[in-house]
Amino acid sequence: MATLVSTTDLVKEFPLHGSLFDVFSARRKRVHAVDRVSFSIAEGEVLGLAGESGSGKSTTGRLLLRLIEPTSGAVEYRGRNVTSFSARELERLREKVQIVFQDPNSSLSPRMSVGQAITHPLQIHGIGTTVERKERVLDLMEKVGLSPAEFLYRKYPHQLSGGQSQRVVLARALVTQPDFLVADEPIAMADVSVRALILQLMRQLKRDMGLTYLFITHDLATAKYLCDRIAVMYLGRIVELASRDTLFSRPHHPYTKALLAAVPVPDPKARRDKNLPKGEIPSAINPPSGCHFHPRCPYAVARCREARPPLREIAPGQFSACILD
Amino acid sequence: MPQLEKTILEVQDLSIAYPITIGVVRAVEGVSFTLDDGEALGLVGESGCGKSTLGLSILKLHRPPGRVTGGKILYRGTDILSMSDRALLKMRGQNISMIFQNPLTSLNPLFTVEKHFLETIHFHDASMPRERARAAVGKMLETLGIEKKRLKEYPHQLSGGMRQRIMIGLALIMNPDIIIADEPTTSLDVIVEAGFTDLLMSLRSIYKLSIILITHNLGLVAEIADRIAVMYAGRLMEVATTEEIFAHPLHPYTQGLIACVPNILVDQKELVTMPGSPPDLVDRPAGCPFAPRCPQVIPICRQKTPALIQHAPSHSAACWLYRQKEG
Repeated sequence: MATLVSTTDLVKEFPLHGSLFDVFSARRKRVHAVDRVSFSIAEGEVLGLAGESGSGKSTTGRLLLRLIEPTSGAVEYRGRNVTSFSARELERLREKVQIVFQDPNSSLSPRMSVGQAITHPLQIHGIGTTVERKERVLDLMEKVGLSPAEFLYRKYPHQLSGGQSQRVVLARALVTQPDFLVADEPIAMADVSVRALILQLMRQLKRDMGLTYLFITHDLATAKYLCDRIAVMYLGRIVELASRDTLFSRPHHPYTKALLAAVPVPDPKARRDKNLPKGEIPSAINPPSGCHFHPRCPYAVARCREARPPLREIAPGQFSACILD
Repeated sequence: MPQLEKTILEVQDLSIAYPITIGVVRAVEGVSFTLDDGEALGLVGESGCGKSTLGLSILKLHRPPGRVTGGKILYRGTDILSMSDRALLKMRGQNISMIFQNPLTSLNPLFTVEKHFLETIHFHDASMPRERARAAVGKMLETLGIEKKRLKEYPHQLSGGMRQRIMIGLALIMNPDIIIADEPTTSLDVIVEAGFTDLLMSLRSIYKLSIILITHNLGLVAEIADRIAVMYAGRLMEVATTEEIFAHPLHPYTQGLIACVPNILVDQKELVTMPGSPPDLVDRPAGCPFAPRCPQVIPICRQKTPALIQHAPSHSAACWLYRQKEG
């Protein structure tokens, strides 16, 4: 299948505001949020971006839409380099490329009714007449389970349940009929029963509307349910990238293994031995040399400290940034 | 029922309500359960089901305007709700302790780790010599696996996992029998969460603790709890051993809750979903609170509220489906 979105050596560094002296010096500290990340997403695919807080997964998602500017590297959408787009081209791109954030309540304006919020993108992009817009919005609201649509159209965010708010955010992202959606932890704030409903809805919308997703999550169990392929990030780098089945049955990178072992399983009979890595994720300001994971890795050897291990194909379709076999 | 010696905490028919302008929010309604000495009980439910209010009320810390409208909370036979303020201050920390979700809001940003510990000790035992207090702190740090140099650090210098370790250390420093942990790992990453779970389990055996774990995370309770109580709209829907509840959930709400959680070890083609949302706690409909969402609803469910009835040894459920079968 054709590649829809891809990144090449994407880098994002955030300068830190230290003392005034530091601002002018070359020693200015930086947070290495995303460190040479490359991947591609095929049309109709769901790529999962998994990792702990601070791994750079959300920053990567924002870079894809150019909500923030990359320090270096390229993002391509349908073969065109998004990083060199003009403001006008960018505006047109955002009709086709959309994002949904974690907290629906902070993504919705309390002063806009559900109808206004979902219609807004159509106004921005000048799509349809007033009558057509309303028809399209009501139709989409039914599709995402905001029913009865006519009734909810007039409601304000504070009158909605958590599940309904997340549906409004989804509908707003999908109203311009995009083909690519970045979903940044869309269910992290939701209750257990709401999570299942939103996941199921996202799967159904993908089928019905021919969508492609980048699904950002810290929860590997949800990634397993929704994603075709999964990239695991650690301190700004992809450490493993593989198909869903391969990643869960034959994880290669020690970090992936640790992450999988740590996931609590809702089954008391499945209590497993957890060989947990030592300590916590280090600071991205001054990350460890070589493989970022080496200080915590149970298999680390001297070589791991020296150079960044390349992401290499260790089996067909499975890429791992670990020098060990 | 005669009070068994092994029961350390007993909640009897507890109801808590919050009067607000438009009515009364019945956050907890007629909840009864027991906690055995050394047992870990998981209190599971979704947001707004009353599990945190229930947890706080055990320390009589439920926030105003919330008030207990009925029932008792017996700690070793003494009703906590009728204790004097002075007795409560002593009880909190020495008998029953609590860990909250967000350690950063529970720690004082102006206190070092050491000051947090020493203050706690001196609050409960002003006469303890400083040297003995320091020794106790040192020993606790060792148990928690924290380096001594951390004593001089402030909360902002610690990672999330480290802060949560300090929190549990503070909760345990006065040697309580019961720990109430309210979503203790929600702000932690999975690997840190797993480390915290391991620590909690080892502390449990070292200190012979009884634990009440309040959480929405079914994976976490499956790993920690011996018994699970499922809460919905302020009521207990089902109480059973952890094995029982996962293997043979009786209540349709429990069944739905378990089925809708993605499990990393299982290949799920479709998740089971529960449409609808919990009822308004101000205008409680008559009958079982889950009836409007229940796939197995029968007429009586909408008329009368089912009581929590024992259906098998250590397995109770509040559901008309099972009452009917028994006639």
